[in-house]
Amino acid sequence: MRVTFNANGRPVEADDVWEGESLLFMLRERLGLPGSKNACEQGECGSCTVYLDGAPVCSCLVAAGQVQDREVRTVEGLADDENGLDPVQQAFIDAGAVQCGFCTPGLLVQTHDLLEREPQPSDNDIREALSGNLCRCTGYEKIMDAVRLASARKCSGNSSEVSR
Amino acid sequence: MRGEKNLQDITTAHPDGIGGSPLRPDGTLKVRGEFAYSSDLWHEDMLWGMALRSPHAHARILSIDTTEALTQPGVYAVMTHEDIPGSKYYGLEIQDQPALAFGKVRYHGEAVAIVAADHPETARRALAKIKVEYEVLPPITTEEHCQNPETYGYVHEPHEYKGHASGNVVHSQKVVSGLGVNDDVRAMADVVVVGEYEVGMQDQAFLGPESGLAVPAEDGGIDLYIATQWLHVDRQQVAPVLGLPENKVRLTLAGVGGAFGGREDLSMQIHACLLAQRTGKPVKIVYSREESFFGHVHRHPAKMRYEHGATRDGKLVYMEARIVLDGGAYASASPAVVGNASSLSVGPYEVPNVNVLAIAYYSNNPSCGAMRGFGAVQACFGYETQLDRLAAELGMDPVELRQLNAVSQGSHLPTGQVIDAPAPVAELLQKVKDLPLPPPLDTEHHLDIRELPGALSNTSHGEGIVRGVGYAVGLKNVGFSEGFDDYSTARVRLEVIGGEPVAMVHTAMAEVGQGGVTVHGQIARTELGVERVTIHPANTEVGSAGSTSASRQTYMTGGAVKLAAEAVRNELFNLGRSRYGWTYNDLSLVGGKVVSASAGVLIPIVDLLGDQAIDLTREHHHRPTVPFDKETGQGFGHVQYTFCAHRAVVDVDVELGLVKVVELAAAQDVGKALNPLSVIGQIQGGSTQGLGLAVMEEIITKDGKVRNPSFTDYLIPTILDTPPQPVEIMELADPNAPYGLRGVGEAPTLSSTPAIVSAIRAATGLALNRVPVRPEHITGT
Repeated sequence: MRVTFNANGRPVEADDVWEGESLLFMLRERLGLPGSKNACEQGECGSCTVYLDGAPVCSCLVAAGQVQDREVRTVEGLADDENGLDPVQQAFIDAGAVQCGFCTPGLLVQTHDLLEREPQPSDNDIREALSGNLCRCTGYEKIMDAVRLASARKCSGNSSEVSR
Repeated sequence: MRGEKNLQDITTAHPDGIGGSPLRPDGTLKVRGEFAYSSDLWHEDMLWGMALRSPHAHARILSIDTTEALTQPGVYAVMTHEDIPGSKYYGLEIQDQPALAFGKVRYHGEAVAIVAADHPETARRALAKIKVEYEVLPPITTEEHCQNPETYGYVHEPHEYKGHASGNVVHSQKVVSGLGVNDDVRAMADVVVVGEYEVGMQDQAFLGPESGLAVPAEDGGIDLYIATQWLHVDRQQVAPVLGLPENKVRLTLAGVGGAFGGREDLSMQIHACLLAQRTGKPVKIVYSREESFFGHVHRHPAKMRYEHGATRDGKLVYMEARIVLDGGAYASASPAVVGNASSLSVGPYEVPNVNVLAIAYYSNNPSCGAMRGFGAVQACFGYETQLDRLAAELGMDPVELRQLNAVSQGSHLPTGQVIDAPAPVAELLQKVKDLPLPPPLDTEHHLDIRELPGALSNTSHGEGIVRGVGYAVGLKNVGFSEGFDDYSTARVRLEVIGGEPVAMVHTAMAEVGQGGVTVHGQIARTELGVERVTIHPANTEVGSAGSTSASRQTYMTGGAVKLAAEAVRNELFNLGRSRYGWTYNDLSLVGGKVVSASAGVLIPIVDLLGDQAIDLTREHHHRPTVPFDKETGQGFGHVQYTFCAHRAVVDVDVELGLVKVVELAAAQDVGKALNPLSVIGQIQGGSTQGLGLAVMEEIITKDGKVRNPSFTDYLIPTILDTPPQPVEIMELADPNAPYGLRGVGEAPTLSSTPAIVSAIRAATGLALNRVPVRPEHITGT
């Protein structure tokens, strides 16, 4: 089948999609958007998290055909332009929240969504919001730091101030 | 002079050199989703490979019929062991593992056949068309089975055992020191504690699945793009199976999504190469999470018996330990794990009389091998539980008892090896003890159920919750041991690019997330005084970097980068000496300039180098070690020792058996923190894997069959399960190590587990001799 939808602000089209394919597979293997990761493909790890019509979803659990005529935003679509990074992306780098980085794309989308809804989350809010995203490297402490840093920067309007 | 910095300014250490925390060179790519992990690779005309795996733990293969699978549209190849052009076996230490099973399958999930097809679904359906006839055999799964092969059978035929293996024993190692342990020695102790302990089978559970892309080359060779921990040893195992000389198999590191020991053995490497060789097309294999649980080895489950004797005032008199590890169907790293488990079984304590036996068996359980902590994790749970029990028997504070017996520089370990570098075990314990405790749970005035055991599940509003505090400390070695020449290679090139001096670092080091690439840049900046450093992709064009394991890469490959950079620097000075007749012996490179301490700035590197490039390769060898004596375990077997201490604070819902770790504090001596941000990240990450082993992580098997191969059923800690983790760093230089550094990655994984279980014991009063601790162990239901 053919699937037509909007990915990161651009209209895209995928051909010869098998009915059983996930949105994750279509993004990664047919549309050149491998940023969303395939760590478990059973909705447990959150590393494939993308926005679907503005709501974060595990793209491994969404059938490709379900996104017909809808809007998908992936980690590749978080930054505004070629060189700039979203404050959440910058904060993850600055805080040391990226090690192997495989969980990072999903965490970035989930954190981006959290800070859109709640610009100044408490630690418990952060833990609750990110509880569906597994990370095996960091022990989450630097991820907590990164979310706090992104929140502080977004609230102060300064997206790149390094405080570490 | 206007526009020029004075000498003092420019000789200040580069902020992004060693000791700084510059940002990861791969960080931007990773946050943009543009970093190419092994599962992201794509090639024109690429096929998908997939393996058919055994549903049985132990069975004879009577026949394999691939006819129907081969006729499926979109299927390009179906291969069994009969189609292997070269050696049918591979293995890390002992070549006992078939690339594709023949004769028998020896564990649940062993690969029997492989398929290449145009779509993963086509491949999956083709696998379903392969007909394998099995004669199911009783699985050999328990210690009793393994010990009695005459009754229960052999995992491998007796004449097929290789290496030191015999019967169903992969490897065993004794350690005997002092008077050993006998009745006379026992009589010297006022207090004796004996305990039996068990550690479940833990999985590395790295997030990036096993994956890679094999591309057939015009010269008949294969180019393999792969996520691994050691490119050269992969090649050494892959090439003979393909029937190719090593130089026809070229490996390039693809992005690695974590490793933790689980990528030390081969997974899909041989299968992808075989299929690429057969079809003449690029073949990509990406494991599903379920396949990943079958596709790599795990941490050895252990059964241990420990006996400690001490005087009334708390001095350890003797220790006896028997550590039995289940190695599973194939040897993997079992011999080295046994070496570690035995030689580190005493922990960081001075014990005058010791008698230890560590042994790994073959079985029809999943194969076990390397995982972070490597034999020392299991032992640490044993000896630290014993120390707690001994403290209780003696009525002593458990930290004080540990400090009283702690090793320090100059101490003898039971292997006879003298610790010849700082060993601040007592100090590390004191550091975690002195940290302020988290505030008590205040259920009356402030209740956020997300902080309670059970968290979001709304299982308690504070009732039935008891707090406990526990301590533990561990002993880990760094680097490969027992006489192995564990060298590493680095190439450093210095040239002028765009009017700036630029250093390029080329190694075969597997960056698996630990941040080695960041550290290599820091070392090059420090040694060469340049700003810009590029990291060449890791591949087999340069010599081996050894494995990204055993906490060794910063020590070994970092050391190689240092040596190569120093050689480049000397070459540059020689260029200046021959061109300008310098006679200074106080030269250094700072801020892009050649500087003499006595005469000041001599010349910018750019002007001295001109169009020339200095390109040198160096090998770094650590000081030699020797094998342990087989009967006594004596020998200078380890390169370096490392120590970490933990304090765990837990809340336990004693009615439901739920545990919430409230805080997990660590103190570790790292010799020199080359990158403090990364060091802390390693300690917190390692501690969290120890937390997982303490309270949730275990591969469950029944008659050799894996019951929980998914992230739904094999649980790893989430951000809700993981507490704040304050970290105290000590930097006492090891005189034998580059920059005085100490390998960091593994030590925190050891003591985290027993510290948490100790805290649960303190809260509940239960014995808890097995990890992971499950709710039913706490509730007794």
